Amino acid sequence: MLVIKDLHVSVGGKEILKGLNLTINAGEVHAIMGPNGAGKSTLSNVIAGHDGYEVTSGSLTYKGEDLLAMKPEERAWAGVFLAFQYPVEIPGVNNTYLLKAGVNAKRKHQGLTELDAFDFMSVVKEKAKLVELDASFLSRSVNEGFSGGEKKRNEIFQMAVLEPDLALLDETDSGLDIDALRIVAGGINKLRSPDRAIVMITHYQRLLDYIEPDFVHVLAEGKIQKTGDKSLALKLEEHGYDWVKENL
Amino acid sequence: MASNEEIQEQLGKREYEAGFVTDIESDTLPPGLNEDVIRHISAIKQEPEWMLNWRLEAYRHWLTMKEPTWAAVDYTPTDYQAISYYSAPKSKDDGPESLDEVDPKLLETYEKLGIPLREQEFLAGVTNVAVDAVFDSVSVATTFKSKLTEAGVIFCPISEAIRDYPELVKQYLGSVVPQKDNFFAALNCAVFTDGSFVYIPKGVRCPMELSTYFRINALNTGQFERTLIIADEGAYVSYLEGCTAPMRDENQLHAAVVELVILDDAEIKYATVQNWYPGDENGVGGIYNFVTKRADCRGDRAKVSWTQVETGSAITWKYPSCILQGDESVGKFFSVAVTTNCQQADTGTKMIHLGKNTKSTIISKGISAGRAQQSYRGLVRMGKNAENARNYTQCDSLLLGDACGAHTFPYVEVKNATATLEHEATTSKIGDEQLFYCQQRGLSEEDAVNMIVNGFCKDVFDELPMEFAVEANRLIEISLEGSVG
Repeated sequence: MLVIKDLHVSVGGKEILKGLNLTINAGEVHAIMGPNGAGKSTLSNVIAGHDGYEVTSGSLTYKGEDLLAMKPEERAWAGVFLAFQYPVEIPGVNNTYLLKAGVNAKRKHQGLTELDAFDFMSVVKEKAKLVELDASFLSRSVNEGFSGGEKKRNEIFQMAVLEPDLALLDETDSGLDIDALRIVAGGINKLRSPDRAIVMITHYQRLLDYIEPDFVHVLAEGKIQKTGDKSLALKLEEHGYDWVKENL
Repeated sequence: MASNEEIQEQLGKREYEAGFVTDIESDTLPPGLNEDVIRHISAIKQEPEWMLNWRLEAYRHWLTMKEPTWAAVDYTPTDYQAISYYSAPKSKDDGPESLDEVDPKLLETYEKLGIPLREQEFLAGVTNVAVDAVFDSVSVATTFKSKLTEAGVIFCPISEAIRDYPELVKQYLGSVVPQKDNFFAALNCAVFTDGSFVYIPKGVRCPMELSTYFRINALNTGQFERTLIIADEGAYVSYLEGCTAPMRDENQLHAAVVELVILDDAEIKYATVQNWYPGDENGVGGIYNFVTKRADCRGDRAKVSWTQVETGSAITWKYPSCILQGDESVGKFFSVAVTTNCQQADTGTKMIHLGKNTKSTIISKGISAGRAQQSYRGLVRMGKNAENARNYTQCDSLLLGDACGAHTFPYVEVKNATATLEHEATTSKIGDEQLFYCQQRGLSEEDAVNMIVNGFCKDVFDELPMEFAVEANRLIEISLEGSVG
């Protein structure tokens, strides 16, 4: 689904990703772990199309297409979803209204008829249950006044409604208490599907207790340094990232 | 995502959707202003002598006045002798009795603007909106009169009111905005040609929203509407004013006066969606809009609210104000102003607290793009008898691009120690992170900008009647159209 080859990315002239390679297939769940500043968020932002990052060389191929030639919204229409690490507040913009506009833009692009408010609301109410999101959140302004945990839940709720093919979850577990983590992870598990790839960026092994990944990658110093199964995450937890660095 | 430069450049490309000119023979006075012109206007309107004298008095005072220069706007001074002060669409001597008698081209114009008068009449029972359409200077079509008459409401062109209800007009005209109030108001007093008159009798709740559409259509013709609305004791009315203008190369002067009188326990809600032609991307053409709007809460527990959505005009000079004389009277001001390209707006409000326990609220939202400059200018005055008066002011500015500006000039005068004032002001740039978030969810950049801007304006749009809220949303979208190339 997604093939990343020799990706080099700079921010403000400083190279963050230094030749990253990664292949992700449909149905797989990948966890990307690594120390602070390793370039994890940079990777997810580049895939989603944030223009604050300069791709100096390398390629991103998604479903056979050059992802770098596509605008952020075109990537969204093609099924790329990013659950933000810090979801932004948009005062006065209704949560459901934003989501409906997003869903219908995608449907329009796919040549489908747009959902009317009634049909959309029935979809939304059903999906809200996945992450036990209270109906009152639907009519509130996007992320405005949400607690950290509510914002993250809202992200996974949006993912459920938008039904992406490739979901990037950027530290979705950070800032969650144990109960919220269980709920959010439960929602993500329900969204696992043979047609969908999920990439989780996280610092902590504990998320992986709830969502079992097929692959665990260690991203450090701008490259994937190590790839393994879930046992790699346990080893990391035990030995810390220095262990990876020592074994470079 | 586009950079600020791109957004700014793209915003400049918007075109004025209502930019067309209707070809109708106009009965127009030659340019120039003197006492004879005023006599002529008064004669055309078949006015009584007291009205002519009132105009002449205003004119003589206007001659002694200087055009104000304190506003933060910059424009070529108007040559008042180069303007024609009267223009009327040619019609039969007696005004048309029904829409069938209205010039079909005129109706076509309204239809292009999405104001289907025929439909309005047809839908009378559904929408409950009465339209007193002002085309250039003469009201040519008034509908729903019978329903209003039944309720005892007077809603007619002010020229008609001067003839038919001289006592009411004499009592209230100029009682809120006197002839000598300011330069533009004095000019308006001298040469106003038409506008609306509304009187809601004691205890009557007006059975429908009242709405007037203004439209400038004759070359080099100043527009001087005069509106007078009186809510007698315990009365209620919601009045909507909306306007668009055809594309022009010459600047057109617009100096309206709106007076609202609110007596004991009465309430007026006055909403405006204003879309005068703003000029092209270099600022050529466009309307100069110098308006004096003032409400006088003359009675105890009187309430008034001004809600305005301003997207048009090259120059806007406008401060809808509230005089809170009556004890426990309430004044509110809700405003959204959008300026793009070279538009300049100096707008705000005045809240004059005179009575005890008076309350006022000011919510002002300014959006600037391109090279536009916008100022909020607000005065809150607590008089010495205004025991326990309260004011809350919130001014938010949103900037799109790097070349535009937003300025806030709050003036406060407090002469009573028990008064309470709160003021909040924010200025923000439309955030790259907000745009990216919306785009990541599948919105185009243009849709994302519209959504964020509409969200920013929500507090004010919520105050508009439903029909107008939809129109306001649409207007803002048109204004920001072309924000993505």
